Amino acid sequence: MTTTFGESVRRVEDPRLITGQAKYVDDITLPGLLHMAIVRSPHAHARIRNINVSSASRHPGVVAVFTAADIADQLGSLPVGWVFEGTKLPDHPPLAIDTVRYVGDAVSVVVAEDKHTADDAARLVEVDYEPLPVVVNAEEARKEGAPLLHDEAPNNVAFEWEVGGGDWEKAAREADVVVKQKIINQRLISNAIEPRGVVADYTPSTDQITMWTSTQIPHLVRLLFSLATGHPESRIRVIAPEVGGGFGSKLFMYAEEVIAPIVAKQLGRPVKWIEGRRENYLATAHGRDHISYAEIAGNRDGTILGLKCTVNANLGAYLSTFAPLIPTTLYGYVLGGVYKYPNVSCKVYGVFTNTTPVDAYRGAGRPEATYLVERMVDRFAQEIGRDPVAVRRKNMIPPFKQGHTVATGVTYDSGNYRGVLNRALEMFDYRGFRREQREARREGRYLGVGFSTYIEICGLAPSALAGSLGAGAGLWESGTVRVHPTGTVTVYTGTSPVGQGHETSFTQLTAAELGIPMEDVKVLWGDTAAQQFGTGTFGSRAIAVGGTALYMSLQKVKEKAAKIAAHQMGVTPRQVQFINGVFIVEDIPEKSMSFAAIAGEAYNAKNLPPGMEPGLEAVSFYDPENFTWPFGCHIAMVEIDADTGNVELKRYIAVDDVGNLLNPMIVEGMVHGGVTQGIAQALWEEAVYTDDGQLLTGSMLDYAVPTADLLPSFETDHQETPSPVNPMGVKGAGETGTIAASPAVVNACVDALKHLGVTHIDMPVTSQKVWRILQDKGKARPRRKGR
Amino acid sequence: MSYEITVTVNGNTHTGAVEPRLLLVDYLRDTLGLTGTHLGCETSRCGACTVLLNGASVKSCTVFAVQADGADITTVEGLATDGQMHAVQQAFWDEHGLQCGFCTPGMMISTVQLLDRNPKPSDDEIREAFAGNLCRCTGYHNIVNAVKAAASAGRSQ
Repeated sequence: MTTTFGESVRRVEDPRLITGQAKYVDDITLPGLLHMAIVRSPHAHARIRNINVSSASRHPGVVAVFTAADIADQLGSLPVGWVFEGTKLPDHPPLAIDTVRYVGDAVSVVVAEDKHTADDAARLVEVDYEPLPVVVNAEEARKEGAPLLHDEAPNNVAFEWEVGGGDWEKAAREADVVVKQKIINQRLISNAIEPRGVVADYTPSTDQITMWTSTQIPHLVRLLFSLATGHPESRIRVIAPEVGGGFGSKLFMYAEEVIAPIVAKQLGRPVKWIEGRRENYLATAHGRDHISYAEIAGNRDGTILGLKCTVNANLGAYLSTFAPLIPTTLYGYVLGGVYKYPNVSCKVYGVFTNTTPVDAYRGAGRPEATYLVERMVDRFAQEIGRDPVAVRRKNMIPPFKQGHTVATGVTYDSGNYRGVLNRALEMFDYRGFRREQREARREGRYLGVGFSTYIEICGLAPSALAGSLGAGAGLWESGTVRVHPTGTVTVYTGTSPVGQGHETSFTQLTAAELGIPMEDVKVLWGDTAAQQFGTGTFGSRAIAVGGTALYMSLQKVKEKAAKIAAHQMGVTPRQVQFINGVFIVEDIPEKSMSFAAIAGEAYNAKNLPPGMEPGLEAVSFYDPENFTWPFGCHIAMVEIDADTGNVELKRYIAVDDVGNLLNPMIVEGMVHGGVTQGIAQALWEEAVYTDDGQLLTGSMLDYAVPTADLLPSFETDHQETPSPVNPMGVKGAGETGTIAASPAVVNACVDALKHLGVTHIDMPVTSQKVWRILQDKGKARPRRKGR
Repeated sequence: MSYEITVTVNGNTHTGAVEPRLLLVDYLRDTLGLTGTHLGCETSRCGACTVLLNGASVKSCTVFAVQADGADITTVEGLATDGQMHAVQQAFWDEHGLQCGFCTPGMMISTVQLLDRNPKPSDDEIREAFAGNLCRCTGYHNIVNAVKAAASAGRSQ
């Protein structure tokens, strides 16, 4: 099947996924495979006095039991991939050495002939703990006298980071109004339906480690494994097989990815570890968890003058791989929103606590910032008694095609913010809604509408800039096109998908550019032995960065093929046109050669232009000049039940501009999923710790992953403002929904209750919270009846 | 201690000894090598492990293999016939009803059961029917569309 850029072609991944033939990491088995279970700390903070493994070791079927005392020197410390000046870097041993710092911290490893025996024996490991004082709240952790996690980090502060521009103090002095609000962005748990897992194999004669792992970053896992253990990078092969969702949580180097290969090396047998769901809640990085103090300054005519925020970002017990990136660069640089306000002041404290490490979760920093910005814009509009849409429109940056620099110093690529707002309003019928809202209120029904006109920073990343901000590795991407002698093509990409459909997108791009059927293209990813280095999938970068690298290689292949065609047909390359997979001599249509014929000539090398190397292959490494900046307008409409406080999401409209669309169907799917996660943060999801560091929401029975019956179908549309940053004009679509949805929904909830004087509700806006508000305001029906 | 069980899976009969505590999902995946059924939560919540047991959908992570003795089981590997995709599989493909694919086998098995019981479900009925199957990728939007497409194809078997 031939295709074009912009066509909604069905996904090439799906046949294997819907027939049960796909191989995820737990589907991989090897001869002599052993199974590994991890003994984890039940305490949030404790000294390890003693570990007694004798009962576990004697259990029938157990092959070995390890503690840090046995293998700590081989495991090293988990490296951090983003470090800027002043960042404290306490050791992060994969197996706790003498202190555990969160519930779930690994203390021992049991290896057995089968997984059930390993689980049984793990319960026989006796650990004698001396409990230590615990702190779980980032604001509390910074106070004098709070329990200290790492001696290297006084007051538990891992880093302080600032961004800003203009003069906030002056803006605040001169403004008619300054509105202050404490804003909590609660901790979330990613809940990829496939938990993590590792299969590790070791060949002593070649000192070769092979590791299958459920990851978004196979090449970085190889690099970081090598840095942690000293094992030569050239003798490590990391394979990401089919990955069952990641949402950021599989973007880090985890303890088990060091432990399993080292254990396999120790025992001379392959080892498998598959994370249980309970483990997933404790041992896979969490997301968000900010306590912020925000201020917005503006005039009564609706002009916003500036924004200030002080953020306590909870990082958990250790620095996860990208933890310092999330609440800094990915947070601070979108605080300007889509608005003109020239004054921004932001200070972030990254704080250690006795909780699971916090790192990227879909959106990663941008949802936290966008929630704060969009919530504060609404707070301001409400304070001055103006319509939230009018205030947004008044402050929006006018349309631009090529670069606009905002207060934080970053330059947006292209934007038409009013365009998406107008389109969304058209779909929603705003005026009609306000009438309906007034009428409904008279009937005691509380309807609300919420807006979110967001921007995000995507296409990670220009390496030099990222490096200056803290990146430990370049964030460019690679793409290789290898044309075979018969004219079929294998594409190798350095990105590594987790369900987004990259295989389809890259197949589609290749087929469209070369004018060949999609069936003739095979995309390979996720195997460090097969692909050149690449940084993986995160930050909505796969098409904008990985796709551009591939696009560059496709141009190189076409150029070389055109030279061969010209030579063979006895004309100059300029006279050759490439149309629908055929090289045609200008004005002489009967003179033509197919792409496959040229591929054959490139390989048989009988008649190539003088000096030309045989073969038809190109490799490209693309380092973008700027980030890309997708944007959009989302509208949520809710109805709040005055009796129960239940929030029902009645409508959800998403108009996004992610630049040019390669496969609109896939982009739509990304929007649906992202929006759902953002709605879920607004209404249901929350990771809750007790004061002594126990995770109360530690299973799918306790943590509210949304179900189908809670959600409406979504109304979506797109505007396409090409990005000038890359030749395809694409921006990135993986995270828009998560970033936009939470503020839209919360703004809608506040809008529904604003006639009662409600100005803010912290997420998640649960029935219980709303019911209490209604009780306090004397507006809940049960109380009214009781009067 | 182990018990001998006989189970018919996707039309093939298997007899063998199993530990009484062996879960059906482990029996299908590890003993029979049918890895299309996935284990996501071990608590009956996520539904990735859903299979048909004597025509009724069950979460195979909370059924013991010994409880399936004598049963007829259908897994995702048994949906297609003679190399032809089941209408539900076709609909999930056509409607982009999956992304990472991990929950999809369970989603499709639940769809088969829903359409057996209710050949023309409304949107609300579809969403209600999936309250026991979690998807973290799609927001369910296209899954609902896939079920409707499968229903209108009118061939849920």
